[in-house]
Amino acid sequence: MATTDGVPQDLSIQTLHALDKASGPILSAEAFPKSTFTEIKAALDRLASREMVTYETQERDEYLLEPEGEQIATNGSHEARVFEALRQAVEGLTVQEIEKAIGDKTVSKLGQSKAFKEKWISRTKDGKFKAATDSIKDVTLEQVQTVKATRTHPDPKILAELKKRKLVRVQKIISFKISKGPKFALEIAKEETDLTADMIASGAWKTATFKPYNFKALGADQNSGALHPLNKVRSEFRQIFFEMGFEEMPTNKFVESGFWNFDALFVPQQHPARDLQDTFYISDPLIAGKPGESSSGEEKKSYEEYWENVRQVHENGKFGSIGYRYPWAAEESLRLVLRTHTTSISTAMLHKLASKKGPDGRPPPARYFSIDRVFRNETVDATHLAEFHQVEGVIADYNLTLGGLMEFMDIFFGKMGITDLRYKPAYNPYTEPSLEIFSYHKGLGKLVEIGNSGMFRPEMLQSMGLPADMRVYGWGLSLERPTMIKYGISNIRELLGHKVDLNFIQRNPAVRLDKD
Amino acid sequence: MPTINVDKYALFEALGEQYTADSFQQLCFDFGIELDKDTEEDPARPKDQAPELAIEIPANRYDLLCFEGIATHLNIFRGKSATPNYQLVDIPESQMQNITVAKETADVRPYVAGAILRNIKFTEATYNSFIGLQDKLHMNLARQRTLVSIGTHDLDTIKGPFTYEALPPKDIKFIPLNQTKEMDGEELMAFYENDKHLGSYLHIIRDKPVYPVIFDANRTVCSLPPIINGDHSKITLNTTNVFIEITATDQTKLDIVCNIMVAMFSQYCAEKFTIEPVKIISDHNKTTRITPSLEARKMDVEVDYINQCCGLEESPDSICKLLSKMAYTAEPSADRKFIKVTVPATRADVLHACDVMEDVAVAYGFNSLPRSTPNKSATIGQPLMINKLSDIVRNESAMAGWVEVMPLILCSHKENFEWLNRVDDGTTAIKLANPKTAEYQVVRTSLLPGLLKTIRENKSVALPLKITETSDIAVKDPGSERRARNERRWAAAFYGKTSGFEVVHGLLDRVLSMLRISFITHEEGLTGKSMDFKVTENPSPEDGYFIKEINEPTFFDGRAAAIYLRLGGKVQRIGEFGVLHPTVLEKFDLRYPVSTLEINLEVFL
Repeated sequence: MATTDGVPQDLSIQTLHALDKASGPILSAEAFPKSTFTEIKAALDRLASREMVTYETQERDEYLLEPEGEQIATNGSHEARVFEALRQAVEGLTVQEIEKAIGDKTVSKLGQSKAFKEKWISRTKDGKFKAATDSIKDVTLEQVQTVKATRTHPDPKILAELKKRKLVRVQKIISFKISKGPKFALEIAKEETDLTADMIASGAWKTATFKPYNFKALGADQNSGALHPLNKVRSEFRQIFFEMGFEEMPTNKFVESGFWNFDALFVPQQHPARDLQDTFYISDPLIAGKPGESSSGEEKKSYEEYWENVRQVHENGKFGSIGYRYPWAAEESLRLVLRTHTTSISTAMLHKLASKKGPDGRPPPARYFSIDRVFRNETVDATHLAEFHQVEGVIADYNLTLGGLMEFMDIFFGKMGITDLRYKPAYNPYTEPSLEIFSYHKGLGKLVEIGNSGMFRPEMLQSMGLPADMRVYGWGLSLERPTMIKYGISNIRELLGHKVDLNFIQRNPAVRLDKD
Repeated sequence: MPTINVDKYALFEALGEQYTADSFQQLCFDFGIELDKDTEEDPARPKDQAPELAIEIPANRYDLLCFEGIATHLNIFRGKSATPNYQLVDIPESQMQNITVAKETADVRPYVAGAILRNIKFTEATYNSFIGLQDKLHMNLARQRTLVSIGTHDLDTIKGPFTYEALPPKDIKFIPLNQTKEMDGEELMAFYENDKHLGSYLHIIRDKPVYPVIFDANRTVCSLPPIINGDHSKITLNTTNVFIEITATDQTKLDIVCNIMVAMFSQYCAEKFTIEPVKIISDHNKTTRITPSLEARKMDVEVDYINQCCGLEESPDSICKLLSKMAYTAEPSADRKFIKVTVPATRADVLHACDVMEDVAVAYGFNSLPRSTPNKSATIGQPLMINKLSDIVRNESAMAGWVEVMPLILCSHKENFEWLNRVDDGTTAIKLANPKTAEYQVVRTSLLPGLLKTIRENKSVALPLKITETSDIAVKDPGSERRARNERRWAAAFYGKTSGFEVVHGLLDRVLSMLRISFITHEEGLTGKSMDFKVTENPSPEDGYFIKEINEPTFFDGRAAAIYLRLGGKVQRIGEFGVLHPTVLEKFDLRYPVSTLEINLEVFL
């Protein structure tokens, strides 16, 4: 427990006895001149917490003599000493003679001018000095002696004057005025720190005195376990997806073929995203199998048709598209990569959806989502890592409209407290229209991009065998970026990877996107 | 996305309007380009320089890669001007300039196109823009000149007909642009070897037996594509007749580049928007033709399709009007069910009716489109089973006082093997071909390297450290289509003054008991950790887990065990735990003992 234990017992006891003897309050500076401020304070706090004493702090100025003041207190003021020297010399003295008689050049010089001002001495015709009166009263000496004895002077003007003359200096003194408290006693009762099982069993709690609890201190450290902040944000996103009827996709494929990661998404083989500069290629294993290689029968046929559709739509165009019109290379499509987005998984899911039959014999509407790691061959800096998490959602349904997409985004982001969305036309090889989603960020005072969305291109969907009137919304955002914006983290390495501070993980509050 | 810098005052003058920062930003936003920077208030801008706007262009809009393109399209979008009608000068084929293609070019760079801009008048600004557009096209669509490269020449210094040939490097001799010394192909390669700019293009042809070259009628070398032009025919501010030759390995992109180049700058010709064609004679690969084609594509797009996707009910005429803002010429079909759309030659990004549909939405304004409910059909939410299982393990670990961490999935080969005293037998680790740093060489096959690195970076945190991770590793899997598969693992590590062996063991017991997996032991008197299942004295076919001492170099001798799971009578090793070997600690720069635990979670599905 946070209490004031560890104080020398005796000073507390001494205080109690001193108070007992005195008729009223006592001053600590007088009662315990040798104890330090800290010792006295600790002893008094201990007694005060038990209401045995009350005390108030007093602050006062104490005046101490400077060396010059000490000199005056012993030998008299400079002017008095000059006067005394002149009084003894009937013939008067020259400046040099005064100096010689006193034996201190400073004293003699200062004394002469002051004594002259006081009209104690005067000048003779031959340029010497002589006493001008029979006797004097050495006021300065008296004043200095008063300060020496009482450490102050009743007249504040004099104190100021002495201070100005650098004869005295001030020192602040803090002392305590101590009075008896309501529970004053000469002995300190033993105090219990905690209610124990033994006390309850014996009934000792009835008579025991309990040490007051320090309500200003923190409670005991819990050495708590903790979930990672990013995973806490991920949980919130998953919750929102479940609320809106989404099924989680199996994203357990870090390695993808160029086909699933790019070609199937209508990303041409010369697209910059497929550069070595941007995508991690895999040297071992090197080449993927053809899609659906291990399937058989109808399924195998459907995969073969898909592959052929993808080739044609790139090379010559199909499904109403003129295509990219370049020689499409199967080898490029079978190169293995670390997936650059989880859209590769969405693609595989949509392809599976194409062969499903709902009650009306057509592929049923579906909502899929995933939140998982993706890889980019980025140069690592404060906002880029070679890995991050992609949040991705797709909605497949008949006759979807752009207005529905924006309405959905408003609801989706509204669930995490992000409102007033704006949509900007953008380009993405596999969505058309493509809409960048912006939100006004109050802290940054500008629109910030929070995600990308769009309707998947017919080239992509119809190659899979989905009907032309089934349209698919797709959108994605990173898990890290909104987390960083929300919690003011400027360096992604403080959030993901092995350099994250464990204390940060442990202390990070619960995530409530709708509230924070 | 490419970024284009344009002169702010000149652009506003071309647009005929003085925009504020906000209103110009809004115009860009609506049109789908992005104002990145305005140097008006930038203190670093020299006083005598006009402020510049940096504008980000969508990667497929090659027609916006220069000042002229941006100004033209913003004006069309704002209804201030009509789409230019680019025209070929009508001259008989016999009088056209021509380029005869030698069949040897097929071995190195098979395609060529040409065009002439007559009586053009450059200013310093338009000249720079002309050069700038070539750079941007080279960088983007032309993929660093690998696919397409452009050469421009002062036609008055050379004389057609031209030839496009492919010759051994030794046989090509000329003075390259802005040089004084004549060199042959080989010397040229050596000369530009360390050139910051051109050095990066040499690889495109360097090792080919023949280099592509364009000659004029007097055998003057016009250019050595895709590296450099000849100095002889270089264009200047005073050039009035520009001969453009473009070579390529991809014919589609060749035509796109050619159309963009001539369309953007034909506005400075004496006869605006006219281009003099060049005949390409290339019978060997059946590409004899007249370039540029400038052919505007016709498309019929269903009115209903546009209206349905956009959620609009616009009339065919109104759709045509919207399309004219996006540089199309459009008219309703006779039955008014289709829009007959003419796609200008510069809009290479338009591939499908969906591109036209998007442009209607852009012209209408995305943010003005009518909203509709997104809940057309009810669907059922469903978590992925492995994630549900992982969440149980993650939460139980955290409740037991362990801190969840999230290290990276990529690591170095050494961290994954050597540092753990493990040997790569070549059957597990997926290796990256092109990492930028040694930090990313393999996909981890174990969660341990990440945990140990996390401890290494957190030595200042009060001991003991108790960390855990539940995530995927990946391994080679020759039988699957992607030749690899992920596996969900759960791991923990304890770092303190004592080994923490029994703490880690206890965590294993706790979490497995929460998964209703009982501990099976041979020892009499030892009890299981949970109440609701039976602990047997002897191993029996009942489900549960047991541990067996192992001697593996990752761990300290006598302080490690393999974890076995028996489910449905089938026994398999699912992981291991133990005190790490001091040599492992040394590699990861750890001063205190560490105990770890790692198991496969997928067996519990």
